[in-house]
Amino acid sequence: MAHNNNFKNLSIDPTAVKMLKKAEKEEISIVWDRYENMKPQCRFGELGICCSICNMGPCRIKPLKDSAQKGICGADSDVIASRNLARRVAAGAAAHSDHGRDIAHTLLLAASGKASDYTTFDADKLISIAEELGIKCESLSINDIAANVAEIILGQFGSQSGEIIFAKRAPKKQIERWRSQGIMPRGIDREIVELLHRTHVGVDSDYKNIIYSGFKAAIADGWGGSMIATELSDILFGSPKPIRASANLGVLEEKMVNIIVHGHEPTLSAMVVKASKDEELNRLAKEKGAKGINVAGMCCTANEILMRQGLPVAGNFLQQELAVITGAVEVMVVDVQCIMPALSEIAKCYHTKLITTSDKAKFKDTEHISFDEENAIKTAKRIVKTAVENFQNRRKDLVNIPNEKMELVAGFTSENTFHFLGGRFRATYRPLNDAIISGRIRGVAGVVGCNNPKICHDYGHLTLVKELIRKDVLVIQTGCSAIASAKAGLLKPEAAFKYAGKGLREICEAVGIPPILHMGSCVDNSRILIACCEMVKEGGIGDDISQLPVAAAAPEAMSEKAVAISFYAVASGIFTVYSPQPNVLGSKNLLNLLCNELNKIFGASFAFEENPVKTAELIIDHIDSKRNALKLNPVMYEYEENIP
Amino acid sequence: MSMKKIYLNLHKCLGCKSCEIACGVEHSSSKELFSAINEFPLPIKRVSVFSTVSHCIPVRCLHCEDALCLFACKSGAISKDESTGRIIIDSEKCIGCWTCIMVCPIGTIYIDETGKTAVKCDLCAEKEIPVCVLSCPTSALFYK
Repeated sequence: MAHNNNFKNLSIDPTAVKMLKKAEKEEISIVWDRYENMKPQCRFGELGICCSICNMGPCRIKPLKDSAQKGICGADSDVIASRNLARRVAAGAAAHSDHGRDIAHTLLLAASGKASDYTTFDADKLISIAEELGIKCESLSINDIAANVAEIILGQFGSQSGEIIFAKRAPKKQIERWRSQGIMPRGIDREIVELLHRTHVGVDSDYKNIIYSGFKAAIADGWGGSMIATELSDILFGSPKPIRASANLGVLEEKMVNIIVHGHEPTLSAMVVKASKDEELNRLAKEKGAKGINVAGMCCTANEILMRQGLPVAGNFLQQELAVITGAVEVMVVDVQCIMPALSEIAKCYHTKLITTSDKAKFKDTEHISFDEENAIKTAKRIVKTAVENFQNRRKDLVNIPNEKMELVAGFTSENTFHFLGGRFRATYRPLNDAIISGRIRGVAGVVGCNNPKICHDYGHLTLVKELIRKDVLVIQTGCSAIASAKAGLLKPEAAFKYAGKGLREICEAVGIPPILHMGSCVDNSRILIACCEMVKEGGIGDDISQLPVAAAAPEAMSEKAVAISFYAVASGIFTVYSPQPNVLGSKNLLNLLCNELNKIFGASFAFEENPVKTAELIIDHIDSKRNALKLNPVMYEYEENIP
Repeated sequence: MSMKKIYLNLHKCLGCKSCEIACGVEHSSSKELFSAINEFPLPIKRVSVFSTVSHCIPVRCLHCEDALCLFACKSGAISKDESTGRIIIDSEKCIGCWTCIMVCPIGTIYIDETGKTAVKCDLCAEKEIPVCVLSCPTSALFYK
């Protein structure tokens, strides 16, 4: 192997190291091997200055002294790099929003009685959203309200004019900034389509204009598609409440039928969970010699079932192949997004059956059980039955489940979390704002995003969050980043004693929360936006999100969705450190726009930094400068230097 | 005595020009891509990928056995390292007459960033294996 068997440089997760060794022994090539084989990666691509949009190309701008400083159409490095970046935003926004659309569609089917398996409406949340949408609820049944909500929300995707509804939740100053720049989104689909049009050959040739259009689509994602996915998932499956669970590959049970749900949409995973509790299937499992049926999650769908049902999490993005390599997974059932095409090959090395369920995501030579919401439980039972029947095919000699698993508390939302800070009887954001004003907490940072083999697995996330909580920054996390912290034991309330600074520790002790709050899947980054709105509304730390002592980071970003998320975070006034850089360094002007000029427009900008310790420094400096600008008290307790 | 040379498997070159970038970066003052492309003056690469109807060819100094540049150099800046076979230009001695550029049959000698001296492939004197070889994604270039 090209990485010289030094697995500890690849991942700091002990289960990953064990499974890497197993993979090597069994001669299975996995993501890190493929990364090694891919080297050297094309440096033109890395700089973002190659363009294959039209058929005159492919073109590459020569970054060194050379005559080819323009593509065949005349696009220079600024135009090419910004078009490439903008297209990634469009794809990311499309992925989140299409997820949101699916949830809204399911809500409509459920409300009209066509998808009768989805029954657990969260009535409180439904009514509060319905009122926000201007529906008069008094004379309507719950189903009618849900149908009305779903129809209005579905209309948001195809809306051609006006402003998308949830974007109006943003603080006044953010909305003013967006309106004055002409980037207040009119409809979710419209902005994504328009962005793709603009980046077609010979349309938009001003890199700034292209990037602003990217922000428009990103706002339609964060304050549109993603927010819809979060809010309607809460209605359909219930709002999360703090809940105990466990994480890492050790959650797989040797004596049980193991099913891993992998992907993103809770419409599938929640039903698989339900089906796994079916008595008949459990009896069948016992007949086959298993003790029962164990469902665990992978990637963001894990977060969805973790937040709501407390189901175990098997791992994050880079562990999807490793889960199969344990040899103990009967079925890995997947829907959409972040599912490595490699899985179908690797599953064939074991008895594991990979089952695709979304008609949007089929794999070659892989069993496809089309999931339709109208027959949800029936389909889910069929999947679970396949798993149970596959248990007897398990090869005992190939089974090796790492024993590491970690307890955690998840299930925090923008509605419940900060209300805990205030206690049950005076549920407000006041205590959080007061804690920031008094300097007990320095600020709040959202650490989100994927895994990326370019960075040692989980090292980026863990190093960054440990640095932040040590310096009294309350950290909120979503997605694979939150799973990284969960596996390292940082989501236990006890973690506050070991890792948190003195001020943050006082808060955690008083309220009984972990120093890092797990807010859900990657669409649930919209919860972070809402939390920022609430902090502004509560007052005392700025009347604009960009004045708050908050920041965001994606230390191991990989997907196009992460680019879209970083775009809407910056557009919403949140300073964002992104790593590895999203192939933009080939254009000095674009880099200057992203890292400096945006400050004038949104009050926030990007930074690109691969070293997580330096990322923490950037975030601390940013939060401190915001504290100074607000003339807040100095931070109550200085952190000690020299502690790793 | 090692007389290692860079060879090319003509059928493997895809014309990605990774060797060009790696060469320029190696001969920059920072030796790091993202800094190198922001240097002033921009670093000069010593290999160029050309294409024919059917093939791409990275062209760089062949360190000829009977090097014309070596014979042509008036100031004695160009010398041959007998132990390794490398043809080296000493920038201290080069007076910028460009005679070597005129006589080189394959055109692989370049004018440096400052415009004052001639530069060419030095087989990456500081490296065991030249960076163009290391950076080649298809192993079209190899060193032996």
